[in-house]
Amino acid sequence: MIMGKMIRATRRTFLRGGLLTLVAAPCLAQRKARIVVLGGGFAGTTCARMLRRADPLFDVTLVEANPTFVACPFSNAVIVGLRDIAAQRFGYEAIRGEGVVVAQDEAAAVDPQARRVTLRGGSTLDYDRLVLAPGIAIRWDALPGYDEAAAATMPHAWLAGEQTMLLRSQLEAMPEGGTVVISAPANPFRCPPGPYERASLIAWYLKKAKPRAKLIILDAKDSFSKQRLFESAWQLLYPELIEWVSLSSGGKVTSVDAKTRTFVTDFATYKADVANVIPPQRAGEIAETAGVANTSGWCPIDPVTFESRLQPNIHVIGDAAIAGAMPKSAFAANAQAKVCALAVARLLQGKTPSPPKLINTCYSLVAPDYGISIAGVYHRVDGQLYDVEGAGGVSPLEASPDFRAREASYAEAWFRTVTAETFG
Amino acid sequence: MILSRQTRFLPAVALVFTIIVGQPNAAELPTGATSCSGCHSTSTKIETPVPPIRGRNATDIVAAMQGFRSGERPSTVMGRIAKGFSDDEIRAIAVWLETQ
Repeated sequence: MIMGKMIRATRRTFLRGGLLTLVAAPCLAQRKARIVVLGGGFAGTTCARMLRRADPLFDVTLVEANPTFVACPFSNAVIVGLRDIAAQRFGYEAIRGEGVVVAQDEAAAVDPQARRVTLRGGSTLDYDRLVLAPGIAIRWDALPGYDEAAAATMPHAWLAGEQTMLLRSQLEAMPEGGTVVISAPANPFRCPPGPYERASLIAWYLKKAKPRAKLIILDAKDSFSKQRLFESAWQLLYPELIEWVSLSSGGKVTSVDAKTRTFVTDFATYKADVANVIPPQRAGEIAETAGVANTSGWCPIDPVTFESRLQPNIHVIGDAAIAGAMPKSAFAANAQAKVCALAVARLLQGKTPSPPKLINTCYSLVAPDYGISIAGVYHRVDGQLYDVEGAGGVSPLEASPDFRAREASYAEAWFRTVTAETFG
Repeated sequence: MILSRQTRFLPAVALVFTIIVGQPNAAELPTGATSCSGCHSTSTKIETPVPPIRGRNATDIVAAMQGFRSGERPSTVMGRIAKGFSDDEIRAIAVWLETQ
């Protein structure tokens, strides 16, 4: 009874208020701001969630083709049996619960003029602001002999999931005394220390399971992230096991042959028992379709708002973006997503976004109890994100086993924390 | 007759494109503070050796950051990160964290 009265009273008040509003202000004709986010990885999922939290009146839709996300950080530990692939999987229930609409679909087209996304399923989404977080795509045209079919024999394992498990089973099946060859691409690419963490953990596995085996890294570069730390750890933990062939020593792979698991360089041919091709990459497919990728294959952005330099009202975050000194890492993707969400919220509220200050911290495991890190702090200088001078850098070259063990435990703690912030 | 129908119609069209947004109710979030939660969990459910920083006393956070920056306070990675922030930036972040 009482409730019924209250509802009637509320309805009367509402109607009266509504009529008054109709006369006084144009509220009834207003609508919520619509934001569409494409890609449900660390960048896209974090951004969708933070936008929703920034303003409950935002109508946020996240478009992601897969029902679950498989995380790349720590997938190297899966490859060597230190971790179950299930620990890499994350769902979208939590962000759905916070009011983000998650559409299990894929964007087929973006019309920046009409501000409309067309999905493969046929439906369309109109937006006020679009956030692209498509991650990376493999450049299947970049390395002769390496196409999608070749990846079934020579896995890249640079997009986590089936490829991770394929490399793991190949390693396990490899005969004792075999040779593992990893090819690493030129910059830029996803997770700059990743190939060397992978080499380290595979060496850890080989030392234990197949002590006469060898590992060769064929590199299209003359230097790499955390190089001195990796090399000194390799000498300490895996002497004679890992051979790194730099660009100037002829490490650049010019073609591969999947049938024979062979890598060809200008100087030599390497026959592998387990062949891991980490191929050249570019921004995920939709970046090119939307017209936000330049000839490099990556997406130039404004460092305050992460708005595309090529298309208005479209923001690009995570691995797909050209974020100056920031590496293509999950930490950076998550950090950029939060800054972008704040900037988009301010733009929609008619305010000016503040210049950003961003951090990146990337841990690598050289062994299960031996972690190393690189950190950076970034700010805007001349329209790009630069390192703050005097800050950041890598773990000390000389450090106690306890220090290395603590960094290994911080690495795992970071993964739990960032995945909880994104998906939990 | 036609004119009066147009004058009624035009404002309605314009109104359709007005977007409603709410006002942020919390204290202004300094952009430098957004990265912290990558390692310092905001959830109590996460098992981590990294201490929580939200809701902590601003003076303590400022002292810790200044200690990391000068090297007086030992750390693995915080020294490298603290060197990227000025006193003003540290204070703004600390004040915001205290209110969370």
